[in-house]
Amino acid sequence: MSDVVEKTLTALPSLLSLDSQPGSTKLSSTSKLGTLIRGITELTSKHEEEKLIQRELVSIKEQVSSPNTSMRQMKELMVRAIYCEMLGYEASFSYIHAIKLAQQGTALEKRVGYLAVSLFLNESHELLLLLVNTVLKDLQSTNLIEVCMALTVVSQMFPKDMIPAILPLVEEKLNHPKEIIRRKAVLALYKFYLIAPNQVQHIHNKFRKALCDKDPGVMTASLHIYLQMIEENPEGYKDLAASFVTILKQVVGGKLPMDFNYHSVPAPWLQIQLLRILSLLGKNDPSTSEIMYEVLDESLRRAEINHNITYAILYECVKCIYTIDPKSDLLEKAAKCIGNFVLSPKINLKYLGLKALTYVVQQDPKLALQHQMTIIECLDHPDLIIKRETLEILFRITNAQNVTVIVDKMLEFLRINKDDYTTIDLVGKVAELAEKYAPDNEWFIETMSTVFSVGGDLMQPDIPNSFLKLLSEGFDSVEEDRKLRLFAVDSYVSLLQGEPGKLPQRFLQVISWVLGEYSFLREELEAATVLRLLAKLLDMKNTSSETKSWVLMAMTKLCERGAGVSVAQEVSETYSSSLDTVLRQRAQELQHLSRHSELRARVLPRDAGLEPLEVDSSLSFLDGFVSEALAAGAAPYKPPHQRQEELAQAKALSLEPYGLSLPISMSSCSIADRQSPTLLSISSGLSGESPDLSHKGGSSTLKLDGVKRLWGREGYLAQREPVEESARVEVPSPLRSPSQQGEADSSHSQTPIPTPEPEQEKQQLASSLFVGLSSQSSVCLMGKSEPTPQRFRRKAKSPGSSSSASEKTSNSLVSTPSTVDNLMCNNLLDSNITSELVVSSLEQTSQLSQGLAAANGTCDAELTDSDVKGSSPSLCGDNAVAAADPAPHEDPCKDLLLTSHLPAELSGLSHSEITPLCSNQSLDLSASHVQKEDSLVLVVFIYNSSDSDIQQILLELDSEEIEVSCVCDSAVQEASSHSVAVCQYSLTVKTPSVHVEVVGTVSYQFPAGTPQSLQFSYKLPLTCFIRPLTVSTEEYGTMWLDFSHDTKQNLTLISDGQEPLAATLNVLKKKLQLHVVEIIGMEGIVACRLLQDQPCLMHCRLNAGTLAVWLRSPVPALPDCLMYHCQRALQEH
Amino acid sequence: MMRFLLLFSRQGKLRLQKWFTPMTEREKKKITRDMTTMVLSRQPRSCNFLHWKDLKIIYKRYASLYFCLAIDNQENELIALEVIQRYVELLDKYFGNVCELDIIFNFEKAYFILDEFLIGGEIQETSKQMVNRSIEASDMLQEGDSSEWFEVELFG
Repeated sequence: MSDVVEKTLTALPSLLSLDSQPGSTKLSSTSKLGTLIRGITELTSKHEEEKLIQRELVSIKEQVSSPNTSMRQMKELMVRAIYCEMLGYEASFSYIHAIKLAQQGTALEKRVGYLAVSLFLNESHELLLLLVNTVLKDLQSTNLIEVCMALTVVSQMFPKDMIPAILPLVEEKLNHPKEIIRRKAVLALYKFYLIAPNQVQHIHNKFRKALCDKDPGVMTASLHIYLQMIEENPEGYKDLAASFVTILKQVVGGKLPMDFNYHSVPAPWLQIQLLRILSLLGKNDPSTSEIMYEVLDESLRRAEINHNITYAILYECVKCIYTIDPKSDLLEKAAKCIGNFVLSPKINLKYLGLKALTYVVQQDPKLALQHQMTIIECLDHPDLIIKRETLEILFRITNAQNVTVIVDKMLEFLRINKDDYTTIDLVGKVAELAEKYAPDNEWFIETMSTVFSVGGDLMQPDIPNSFLKLLSEGFDSVEEDRKLRLFAVDSYVSLLQGEPGKLPQRFLQVISWVLGEYSFLREELEAATVLRLLAKLLDMKNTSSETKSWVLMAMTKLCERGAGVSVAQEVSETYSSSLDTVLRQRAQELQHLSRHSELRARVLPRDAGLEPLEVDSSLSFLDGFVSEALAAGAAPYKPPHQRQEELAQAKALSLEPYGLSLPISMSSCSIADRQSPTLLSISSGLSGESPDLSHKGGSSTLKLDGVKRLWGREGYLAQREPVEESARVEVPSPLRSPSQQGEADSSHSQTPIPTPEPEQEKQQLASSLFVGLSSQSSVCLMGKSEPTPQRFRRKAKSPGSSSSASEKTSNSLVSTPSTVDNLMCNNLLDSNITSELVVSSLEQTSQLSQGLAAANGTCDAELTDSDVKGSSPSLCGDNAVAAADPAPHEDPCKDLLLTSHLPAELSGLSHSEITPLCSNQSLDLSASHVQKEDSLVLVVFIYNSSDSDIQQILLELDSEEIEVSCVCDSAVQEASSHSVAVCQYSLTVKTPSVHVEVVGTVSYQFPAGTPQSLQFSYKLPLTCFIRPLTVSTEEYGTMWLDFSHDTKQNLTLISDGQEPLAATLNVLKKKLQLHVVEIIGMEGIVACRLLQDQPCLMHCRLNAGTLAVWLRSPVPALPDCLMYHCQRALQEH
Repeated sequence: MMRFLLLFSRQGKLRLQKWFTPMTEREKKKITRDMTTMVLSRQPRSCNFLHWKDLKIIYKRYASLYFCLAIDNQENELIALEVIQRYVELLDKYFGNVCELDIIFNFEKAYFILDEFLIGGEIQETSKQMVNRSIEASDMLQEGDSSEWFEVELFG
């Protein structure tokens, strides 16, 4: 369009409206709206304004309901009504007229009608239903502008249930010759996708067409949908990655029309959208990332103009580079780019730089080290937003050495912060850091006290809860526990002696609980003193009744004898007439228990927090009550989900084979932090064994000294100091090339050197903030686990598991064939330790030293031997029988030999690889398990490697989770020299757990010698016990309703090109031996059983790119365990 | 995704409000109050970004008018700032040297322009020419007009 025409066009509307519409443009100040607006500005008080607007509303109301009002006047009235609503006055009477205007007006009036509707109503408003017909009519109009209006209003708000009515018309518009209509149609479909994804599922191929549209505007619009869909399911769109890369290449290369430029940058919004999509697709996917590297590099290079928009693209680019599979030279450039942000004098860019640092600092902690001086400066920035963002970085780099300084900074911020949301967030972070890295008891208690006072009653309730849990469960050292509690008592007593009125309620509750539980630890502190302090809390007027009941409970624990009882009596008398029933109840308890000290001691035993509380979760003590009630004609109990189902069934005729309707909330349960409870206990059991924990805690005070000693090495790296050079060299960083290190150094030295006085201070701060970072980074980069000394490590849940973990003289094995060659070395080491331990624990007298020497002697030889084997995994063969061979002088075909010893009735079935269990100089135990259709057989091979015969071999197996029964005739066997004895056991699961373990002891005797024994353990995944269960859909339906134990979770889908549900179920079927009963559309039902005859049913449904799985079984822990294995199976796939 | 856009004066008077996600009247009032107090109390030379609950607030002042845009947490702040800038440019192109009074007295026009630029919380069209052409085309609609001649201009 030429300039002249354009100018004319711009001028036209005002010219035209001058004649016809004196109220709609610049001159509208003379209109009624203008009068209203000017009237308001002349007013002096809010009260006058209210009066004026109310008058205005009355007059509008009169006019809109008058039949004589023309549509043109109506349009003017609507504008005034919109204005009144904007000022905060309700004009709901006009809503229906807005709809009428959209319906009946001419195009120009319609436009105002639609605008009013979109401003007045939201998509759940019932009046919106009246708009559907109007929209339908306008979508079919020949006037393109009316079509545009209809599409515009539809993509802002539309009743979800009415989408099917207009969907065909909107779909049709995707083929419209005008691009503006196609674009608006795509955006309308995007809106539909957001509010009702199922409705538009069938037109996914049309989205693809939109993506390939010849008009860039339509293509850009379609990216909104793709971003959303890829976010939900990145796996499903990998094939499009190359297309997105090509589009981005063209955009960056300036191939789009000039129209799309923004401040001479080509289509920045489009670029950013594409970068976001690419980072989603490239995440954890090296091959997809591979095709992006070039265009990312180019994007970085092209963005050179110094304008906000360029930085916006750069920022997105950097994020993408750090999200996808890393490439060293890109990372290098991205890091440099972050540097430009951080060092920029423009505050907005600095802010984004800090954000980028926060994002990448976990992968590349050295980047924080590089910008430490900027970080320190930002920490003192007058703008709280900048400060807050800086704290976020510090939070990410916190370790045991810098925790005190960082937490200090956070608390400092919390004291000046006024925003509740930030307070809640930051308080949670401080509590997390304190629990993770606390250097000593005093610091921990004091920090938590500050958290409680600052966080007050805003903070998440789980902070005080987990703090109390931590105190009561304790850690590994009893002495440490005592000290911690004692310190808490001391500090809380002194707080109560001060001004308790200032403390928040939550904190008072914590204090009361701690004093009630642990004040006896301080012997010189009399219970009566504590009781008086607590009673003072009750008298304060702002103490909430919830806090009061905490206080009363604490008093009940404390009122033992003497003076305390009288205080308690006094208090209980006051409150036993309280109007609050809870308080009254507590007061009654206090009264009675303080009188009967014997009863009190039984009800509230001292220090009971340590005793694990046995909870009868089956509620069996109610059985009598229930059966009585049933006999009396009560309806049997139904769990909530069953009730829901029946309700749903009652409401509508279900077309499903069985009455299943998954509640929508299921999709919201997160997969990330859900683990099977059984697994959790295993891992906590393992983390429990840390013998030097208390030692570490004790030496913690030295750490701060260490900071000064390590000045310049791990802390602040002074510029141009030789130390710095050496420090950098010392840190191995495989990700960064030497040239880049040089660059980093030079950029580092570019920072101006400020005046020395405050600089000194800052350097000191830097040294304490960034201490331990570089060493940590090297650890991370090497891919090892970080050995942070965590002080408050939670105690193992079950004491049994932790002790067995350390006592077990065994090589517990999870048989995963893929790691066979690694395991071989480990096993060997383990088995040596095993034999040593066994030997010493059995107190062998004469043979001890000899045996040890022999064991050690063979150890070396074995190691080299296994190394050779480990490097050539091909030896392992298909059935991976060539596991570690503990007897080096044996011929390598021993496994084959063992295989030949498999009992005849089992030889036809496939068996697991033969795993060495344990060995010493004379015996050599291996085992394998065989899956039969209705049982699992464990075969133990006892190989006599000595030169003499062994008699009286007795093998005893035991397990908590499994019932073991011997298959062979007699448990006692003999083995002549260099021969094999075989024992068979049939295993059945008693209590399901993710992995089950059998612990065994073999005792034996040489013809002339003392009895000896060896211990071992054998670990099996639960999946060995799972068998398919063949049922019909109807049977499944009835079974489903009967089972009470269930679990739900979202699992990842597998999409190998074919139908994802079928593909995923196939994987599960293959790996876990499940039986797929039926697949019906988006849902699938699967059944299996645990030996013997304990069924478990699975219902899965495709839901927003994931597989919503619901497991049910009559066996308590089974669904959880099976869910874990399903998750594993899908992850491994 | 963008959540809402508010325009208010230095005195805290609301000049335009657009909510991209459904909200109750109460929420709207609360947010408007929070936004005006938060933004107006910012010191000069602070950054243009704020946190509010789990959203990020991007604001910019043009003469006496504040533009305040809320975006999701994972969105890009700088591009949001440019969204505001582009909207101001669009207003400027339409009104010609736009000032607060233009927006006060013609707020429905400001809404029409906004609806062509952003829709449902996403960018719809970034080209200045395109937005203005469709606004002008609609402006010239007359009663009973078959409006063919400018359709050629708009869509041709």
